Amino acid sequence: MTSDVPPGLVLIFGAFLLPVFGPQIRLILILGLPLVTLGLIWNLPDGAGLAVPIFDYQLVLVKADALSRLFATVFSIMTFAGGLYALSQKRVLELVAAFLYAGCAIGVIFSGDLISLFIFWEIMAVASTIVVLSVGSDLSNRVSMRYFLVHMFGGGLLLAGILFHILDTGSTAFGAMRPDSPGTILILAGFLINAAAPPLSAWLSDAYPEASYSGAVFLSAFTTKTAVYVLMRGFPGTEILMFIGVFMIFYGIIYALLENDMRRILAYSIVNQVGFMVTGIGIGTEMALNGVAAHAFTHIIYKALLLMSAGAVLYMTGKRKCTDLGGLFQSMPLTAICGIVGALSISSFPLTSGFISKSMIGQAAADEHLMIVWMFLLAASAGVFLHAGIKFPWFVFFQKDSGLRPPDPPWNMKLAMVLFAVICLGLGIWPEYLYDLLPYPVTYEPYTVAHVVNMLQLLMFSGFAFFLMLPWMQRTLTISLDFDWFYRRVFPAAIPGIWNSILQMDAAMRQTICDGLSSYFQGLSRRNTRPGVLLSQSRPIAGMVLWVVVFVAGYLLLSFL
Amino acid sequence: MSDIEQKHWLIRPGTIHLIWRYGIAILAILVIADFFVEPHPYFQIDGTFGFFSWYGLITCILMVVFAKALGFFIKRSDTYYDE
Repeated sequence: MTSDVPPGLVLIFGAFLLPVFGPQIRLILILGLPLVTLGLIWNLPDGAGLAVPIFDYQLVLVKADALSRLFATVFSIMTFAGGLYALSQKRVLELVAAFLYAGCAIGVIFSGDLISLFIFWEIMAVASTIVVLSVGSDLSNRVSMRYFLVHMFGGGLLLAGILFHILDTGSTAFGAMRPDSPGTILILAGFLINAAAPPLSAWLSDAYPEASYSGAVFLSAFTTKTAVYVLMRGFPGTEILMFIGVFMIFYGIIYALLENDMRRILAYSIVNQVGFMVTGIGIGTEMALNGVAAHAFTHIIYKALLLMSAGAVLYMTGKRKCTDLGGLFQSMPLTAICGIVGALSISSFPLTSGFISKSMIGQAAADEHLMIVWMFLLAASAGVFLHAGIKFPWFVFFQKDSGLRPPDPPWNMKLAMVLFAVICLGLGIWPEYLYDLLPYPVTYEPYTVAHVVNMLQLLMFSGFAFFLMLPWMQRTLTISLDFDWFYRRVFPAAIPGIWNSILQMDAAMRQTICDGLSSYFQGLSRRNTRPGVLLSQSRPIAGMVLWVVVFVAGYLLLSFL
Repeated sequence: MSDIEQKHWLIRPGTIHLIWRYGIAILAILVIADFFVEPHPYFQIDGTFGFFSWYGLITCILMVVFAKALGFFIKRSDTYYDE
């Protein structure tokens, strides 16, 4: 009955075995568990499998089709390579959290109903917070709490939405919806927060760069891509997603251009890439959804590769700012080459994985005659090369000579990078293997002469623009304010003032009411204080008590008679 | 690293000069390639000569300029949030 086991559970329960064993067995678990998961994923039959009754509802823990299998596959490949990369990580807690996180992400992917989706969704939020928290510095503590609060807010919206939706429809099933009722709108908002959509997108660039060199690799893959998956399932063809996606694309580019921290550049670029996917979901045709699924797959691989390359630099030098780095290609050639392969892939250079996936989304926009969207996507493709494709390798590995001469990282990190670099190139050269896994039949041919030449023109001239504008691109020791400024600066600064004015208003109001009441009672007593009136005569309390005692005693006596 | 002999071959001034030359040559070849490649325009504008070349160049310059301008308003010292 192996076909009934939810594949995510292997990683979820396996995670807790990691701290129990010594390094040798742990190594086997770290590399073995994702492979077992992968095996289970490919043994799942289509359709709903294991269902667990809870109260009046059924939790459908496993519901498989081509789309869920594709996402779960890339998640388990990611867990394998991330685990390999993190073998040199001393803090086992991070790995436990990362495996739990990955397992729950796969849990979300296979959830057939909204309740089990929500449960896995929330454990993901907790586990990813622990990945950041496990760094253990004062900074990471504060960052992870900000991260956690945003995700709890998003989770709250999602839960409220799910409850509304169940009350509305009476069904917990998770399928395509329209954002036309309070329930579905709240569900959409909850999903979008995890996709790093505006306005609450700053959690991503705030938290991910503060994770450890290996933690950031895991983080880059799961939260935003599960959000892409649930948006694909729940809201395909929702027009507003097109606008949100285009905004995210350019937000990512502009902020990455301004950024100095190498991993924060890559974090902004995640928002940019997820923007392409969200736009594709908004377009919503079969071609677009195929493109989104393919792009999510390739994006997870090359983004992890980029973060592995940046993580290797951080691990070997302890430095993370472009202004401190440069010239590292001389002593870290393998890291530089792998970073460049990742950079070319994200820029969708021909023969890399990005070329065969991102172009499908552009094609879908063209097929639907969405000229403005198509023009934006094209400009954004050029912009990706600008902000990630050249900027990241240039400032880290070339630029000036920083004088740093660290060697390439340990064998396991090198192996993980080479594995992902090979996958990036392999998918670019033989796209049919990925196309076979997509949810709809693929009629798209990426390698036409016109497409290759046009893409090369676009990218080479984008690169030309980079070097023309190089004086404007020089990094400074700065950060860029984002929406998180409101909850990091404005609200904390404003809250004491707001609190004070509330207290003052409260005091003034109570004073007025008390004054009014006491003058009313004074007037009342003045009117009634006339000798001879029965009710206005004062009598001693002792007398009252005496009479009460007499009555109660009499009552007792009577009741016993 | 003032001695030119000690510099990695990739960053010697001669190599960088060559990279620029070949780079410009590749750009020119790519633009000229438009004469020979059958365009498959989806709209009007993308069928015009050298569209992808100038569009890539112009939009990238615009993005850099826009980022620079926005930077005047939102850039802060990277110790801004450190109390």
